[in-house]
Amino acid sequence: MAAWCPALAIDRWRLSRLALETAPDAPLVLVGETAHGPRIVAASASARQAGGRVGALLADARALAPGLIVHPADPAGDRAFLESLALWAQRWGPWSALDPPDGLIVDVTGVAHLFGGEAALMADAQGCFAARGLSVRLAIAPSAGAAWALAHYGRDHGTLSPDADPLMALADLPVAALRLDDAVVLLLERLGLKRIGDLATIGRAALARRFRDRRAPAANPLVRLDQMAGRVPEPILPVFAAPVPLVQRRLIEPVRHRALLDRVVEDLAMALARRLEAMGQGARRLDLTMWKVDGEVLHRRIELAAATRDPAHVMRLFAHRLDDCDAGFGIELVRLSAPWAEPLALTQTDLDAAAEAHGTSLAACLDRLTVRLGADAVRMPIPRASHMPERAQHWVAPDPALALAPALALAPAPALALRVQEELALHARPLKLLDRAEPIAVIYEAPDGLPRLFRWRGQVHEIARAEGPERIAPEWWREKGAARLRDYYRIEDSAGRRYWIYRRGLAGDGRGGAPEWFLQGICG
Amino acid sequence: MTRFAPTLPHSSDPPRSGEGDHAQRGGGGFRLGATPSKIVPGGSPLHHPSGGPPPRIGDDGRATRWRPGLRGEAGGACHHAEIFASADEASGAAFALALAIDAADESVDHRPWLWVQDKAAIRLSGRPYRPGLPEALRHRLIHVAVDRVEDALFALEEGLRCRDLAFVIGEIAGNPRALDFTASRRLSLVAGRHGAPLWLVRLAARHDLGSARMRWDVAAAPSPPPRWNPQGPGDPRWRADLFRAHVFQPGQWMLGHDGERQVLAVFAPDHGGMVPGAGDRPLAAEPLSA
Repeated sequence: MAAWCPALAIDRWRLSRLALETAPDAPLVLVGETAHGPRIVAASASARQAGGRVGALLADARALAPGLIVHPADPAGDRAFLESLALWAQRWGPWSALDPPDGLIVDVTGVAHLFGGEAALMADAQGCFAARGLSVRLAIAPSAGAAWALAHYGRDHGTLSPDADPLMALADLPVAALRLDDAVVLLLERLGLKRIGDLATIGRAALARRFRDRRAPAANPLVRLDQMAGRVPEPILPVFAAPVPLVQRRLIEPVRHRALLDRVVEDLAMALARRLEAMGQGARRLDLTMWKVDGEVLHRRIELAAATRDPAHVMRLFAHRLDDCDAGFGIELVRLSAPWAEPLALTQTDLDAAAEAHGTSLAACLDRLTVRLGADAVRMPIPRASHMPERAQHWVAPDPALALAPALALAPAPALALRVQEELALHARPLKLLDRAEPIAVIYEAPDGLPRLFRWRGQVHEIARAEGPERIAPEWWREKGAARLRDYYRIEDSAGRRYWIYRRGLAGDGRGGAPEWFLQGICG
Repeated sequence: MTRFAPTLPHSSDPPRSGEGDHAQRGGGGFRLGATPSKIVPGGSPLHHPSGGPPPRIGDDGRATRWRPGLRGEAGGACHHAEIFASADEASGAAFALALAIDAADESVDHRPWLWVQDKAAIRLSGRPYRPGLPEALRHRLIHVAVDRVEDALFALEEGLRCRDLAFVIGEIAGNPRALDFTASRRLSLVAGRHGAPLWLVRLAARHDLGSARMRWDVAAAPSPPPRWNPQGPGDPRWRADLFRAHVFQPGQWMLGHDGERQVLAVFAPDHGGMVPGAGDRPLAAEPLSA
């Protein structure tokens, strides 16, 4: 079902407090600011009769109708009103979607019998809208596009039965009923195609050829025609109400001491846990906001690795974050909210006793580490598509679900796609990589060959065995043109210590002086 | 088993060179693992020349000898081991990984593992490099980099408490004040209670006071020539010295990866402890020649 409120902004203004002072049939216009001065964005019926056209400059309209009553428009408020209206309209169907700026789409598939048929449903909706003081045009059709066309351009309360061909039934409507951009509508009208039925006369192939480079549905009449006929799917984003669980405590006496604040936070955590439990959810993000007597506000936010609502766990995480709170003259209002919550079924509730007996879960362990050490301290390496060794691994925040997955579950597509060159079996790579390759002083026989001795950290190593070179060229698409290639050697010194060293550049490659040697990795 | 017991006066104990394993050094208030009845007042204990806990004697009268692949049998469930290594080589971490793989049956264990490094350890020996890690462990590493040793100890303890971690590797450089006997004992207790093994790598550190159940000294050893490229470095080998153990006899081995099966193998066996009954004879291993 499509519902269109042709005068949504005006109706909403009339319902507001301001309207009590003006007569109901006063010539009212709402104006928005533009670069050329105020322009009318909505006009009441009497204003339109007097000459106040939507889209006209206010100065022009005033010249025609000096008696216009002018008020500023509120597009953001209208949008919010439309959102609440969409939620309200879910009384006629399981989901509804916005059709900005002034329409709604409600899915009434299979629910009409609850109201006694489609006509009765529309009568009920008409009555409800009228009771709210909103003028509305309604239509029911098998596809969203057809319903929209009927609501905007058809006769009121139009119904299209599922077996009727929408293209035939709606052939008389103007092409603007296809929800096309203004420019496309203008183009079609210039081509002489004024009605939907006219489009059928010139053939599908001609339309496809003419609009072959238009991908957006609003710019391509063929796509819109197919959507209206239900031949191609049209995804619609439904509106859902997502309440944020929130608890707060207003304190009789401002709190100035940590022990009392801990009590308050504990109380809030338990209250929030009850609320989340009632919703069957667990918090992923928690915001603690404290209002101080002197007008300042303190915020503390924690994020959790997995959904939880255990008050003891939440308390422990906040305990670390409350250490640096400056209460000043006292805190008078404390609020705890969970802006991000995920479904969490009931599980065991006593995490601490269970942790003593059976150990903590990985998610709880990661939470504790992250809260005390910071999110940057706890990381997991994942491969990255690069052949420079220091770029070939990337550190990301650990995901408990991914880390706990067995290797077999990881093996399908993503892991195989991530199998980068560095991890090929033919490469022997060092166990550890220094954060920054350290320069080494070398003694070599030939500048292009392998050194015999090198000095690293004040110690001289004699190279006993070596494997290489493995040449790794710079990534020219990422680095500057003057970047030098690297020749890697895996070496073992006379004491058996194994390192991964490289020479940067070649002698006489014209990209700097003599090649330098670096030690980058330490093998096990 | 191990317990705390009040110490007897040991003022006449001569200071021992090289090892600081003794509570009596610096007038420590207690002594680990030795009951007062086993200490000869005024002299050194009889059972072990360096004063550590005695090796456990099995039912047949033989002390258990460490060998790869024990996996918790023969009383070998070791939950806290310290590995001393030079900071200029990665032998410590590699040996800890080899021991961790050896101690657990990795084919059935798919849990992640934790690697905690403090700032000095990262600066000296670098961060783990995923392509160089053993293939079965690569995707399961959770790495924790901390600035202070206190934070590293906290992370190690939290990791040991976690039932979803297969094992925990710590890497701490030097002899920081925070890592004293109390901290070490605390780690041992947590590891013992929750059953997750801790392999603590000590880079460039003295053998200070600690309560680890096994204490190893590890250095790199020349590797065997690989089969297809005799000029190149081969599979890693380590000269491993088990100088203190709770249930095992100390000993020295040449250990390394068996190249084809990727398991820990002994290439030069320990020479000490050929006589089964220890009696009053010191059980220290003879130094490995060369």
